[in-house]
Amino acid sequence: MAESKPKPKIKKEAEPMPKQKPEVRRKNFNEVALGYSEEQAKTEANRCLQCPKPQCVTGCPVEISIPEFIKLLREGKYEEAAKKIKEKNSLPAVCGRVCPQEEQCQKFCILGKVGEPVSIGRLERWLADWERKRGNVKKPDDPPPTGKKVAVIGAGPAGLTAAADLAKLGHKAVIFEALHLPGGVLVYGIPEFRLPKSIVRAEADYVQSLGADLKLGYLIGRIHTIPELLKTGFDAVFIGTGAGLPAFLGVLGEHLGGIYSANEFLIRVNLMKAYAFPFYDTPIRIGKHVVVIGGGNVATDSARSALRLGAEEVCIVYRRSREEMPARKEEIENAEEEGILCKFLANPTRFIGDEKGWVKQMECICMELGPPDESGRRRPVPVKGSEFTMDVDTVVVAVGRTPNPIIQSTTEGLAVTKWGTIVADENGKTSIEGVYAGGDIVTGEATVISAMGAGKKAARAIHEYLMQEK
Amino acid sequence: MYEIVGKRELAPKIKLFEVNAPEMAEKARPGQFLIIIIDEKGERIPLTVAGYDAEKGTISFAFNEVGKTTKQLGCLKVGDSVQSITGPLGNPSDIRNFGRALCMAGGVMIAPMLLQVRALREAGNKITVVVGARIKELLFYEKEMKDLSDEFYVATDDGSKGYKGLDFLKEILSKQKFDRCVAWGPVVMMKNVCEITKPFGVPTVVTLTPIMIDGMGMCGVCRVTVGGKMKFGCVDGPEFDGHLVDFDGLINRQRMFLPEERLSSLLWELQGGCSCGGK
Repeated sequence: MAESKPKPKIKKEAEPMPKQKPEVRRKNFNEVALGYSEEQAKTEANRCLQCPKPQCVTGCPVEISIPEFIKLLREGKYEEAAKKIKEKNSLPAVCGRVCPQEEQCQKFCILGKVGEPVSIGRLERWLADWERKRGNVKKPDDPPPTGKKVAVIGAGPAGLTAAADLAKLGHKAVIFEALHLPGGVLVYGIPEFRLPKSIVRAEADYVQSLGADLKLGYLIGRIHTIPELLKTGFDAVFIGTGAGLPAFLGVLGEHLGGIYSANEFLIRVNLMKAYAFPFYDTPIRIGKHVVVIGGGNVATDSARSALRLGAEEVCIVYRRSREEMPARKEEIENAEEEGILCKFLANPTRFIGDEKGWVKQMECICMELGPPDESGRRRPVPVKGSEFTMDVDTVVVAVGRTPNPIIQSTTEGLAVTKWGTIVADENGKTSIEGVYAGGDIVTGEATVISAMGAGKKAARAIHEYLMQEK
Repeated sequence: MYEIVGKRELAPKIKLFEVNAPEMAEKARPGQFLIIIIDEKGERIPLTVAGYDAEKGTISFAFNEVGKTTKQLGCLKVGDSVQSITGPLGNPSDIRNFGRALCMAGGVMIAPMLLQVRALREAGNKITVVVGARIKELLFYEKEMKDLSDEFYVATDDGSKGYKGLDFLKEILSKQKFDRCVAWGPVVMMKNVCEITKPFGVPTVVTLTPIMIDGMGMCGVCRVTVGGKMKFGCVDGPEFDGHLVDFDGLINRQRMFLPEERLSSLLWELQGGCSCGGK
């Protein structure tokens, strides 16, 4: 009799994400993940338990009211659901695609204890796409202007978020972007097949529709300095200049032709659309045997791009083992499905060139894992006498990015760490009054969403600072 | 968008543009460069600042029509615009009173050198200027340079005007002591000048514009070996101690995309180039 009213059964498995087939997608730059259908989105939304004390929210760096937007979605109130997300997040279509939800909101989802967590990111993406495709992206009512002006340096995830939040609070935000397009790493780093550039553009347009101005081609530090900005009408400054400098291995032969930093490789392909050369003017050259050095998302992005550009064989060479790879699991799986090879526990020691100065071979040494280092991962140690060579004609070095130093070197009194990052407290406050910073320029290379979280916090702190000012 | 307000042909296929860019006009200094993108499909190319006028709010640059982008740029007219200019980029030249300076400029780099010579002269230097080109028809700014210099020479590769080649430099260098040499021009010319000045112990500065994309330190394609260390042309330079630069490595890296550059240029020509008739 207790069984007379059966409990609604919750599916343990999440709705799978429809994707382009590996054999098709490895030949094109179109988006791999195709997104849910309306029906799938509703089915997935119905899995949410609507916990009274939702844990997912605690895992979201930008504090989205997750159960509320999911509830609105399953009631079919899509516009309201999208609005609910945008109360906190001005770049939902971006975040729905590139956020590591498995490490954040979804990690805390209670369903994860019995099966798969609710696919929060996919739902966020679906709503953002629904609204964009409808061609009528709603924005909040204009707030009363405060008369305060804030310079935001860098139109990446941190800067766009800070500018959007400042604009929503009634401040005039002016974004200075050094490149000729907005988006920062979203436009130069993350490939089209993972994040279409039209989406980045649309969300940057949305930030401008909130009232933020965008100035492109302004390298702050050269054209204007922060002290000059503060003297010429800006009441506060947010620095979100990211970790844009490429790290090299520092081994012999790195100057040879055919060796790209991952930044160069991805900037050519993503920002400059070299995959469409000669219809776009920026070229790229891909050989038959491509190796990518590194184990992060930048390495998998580079490897998968190389494959799409026509490489016969692409191999990721990583000095630790698979378990330590910092790339998203989903992206490693995608890469392997597409046929990317991995060589673990190996590290390049030098590059050998041909008579024309082009790389032809890479010498590596085998590594083994020693005791854990300060990052908690086991430190790779070279195995003596284990050198071997690989025939290669294209190399992409994806071993990290470091902070861009130009602001630090042109801003007197700005405290900087020995790694070149800017010193800032948890709200982004730096050593100079009215100057805030957030994202990779403070933390070193991290994720899109953590940069957005930092932009959000800083915007709040800047607001408090501006409103208490006499 | 940046509007072209002045266009001048300095020599066949060498053009000087003046564009409206008030903020850059205030900030630019000799030795710095700009990154120019013609349109949505364009590449980013670095060009050295050849002039600035803060009052008029304009900035100038010169270029040689060698590839698709420069050919396309050369077709633009006064009143047309380019999509994007970023600058000023790179470190400004070291301008102070060194004493006696030898300023050598080759090809299109004669245009920005005029700015450098003027600045060095204002700083109190005695100046010897050498302008060079492959053939005499490609020379320009001879009068302007002569007026600004204490001594003035012309050199051409084929000897059609002035000295033939650069060997005469040895004579000049043995006659008097120079405190600084600034050599701007094609990589091979800068390499040769550095080989000549080295035994005389004349500190020699060269400007490097290797292949660049962003021009602000992000991509690393402009890496060059200087004194055994990896440097980025865009943020560590563009000027370097010429006696420490690995010119052969630089020449190799500049050739990296030659086949693609040729293809791009050929396609441009096949599509009819532009209809301006070279004006």
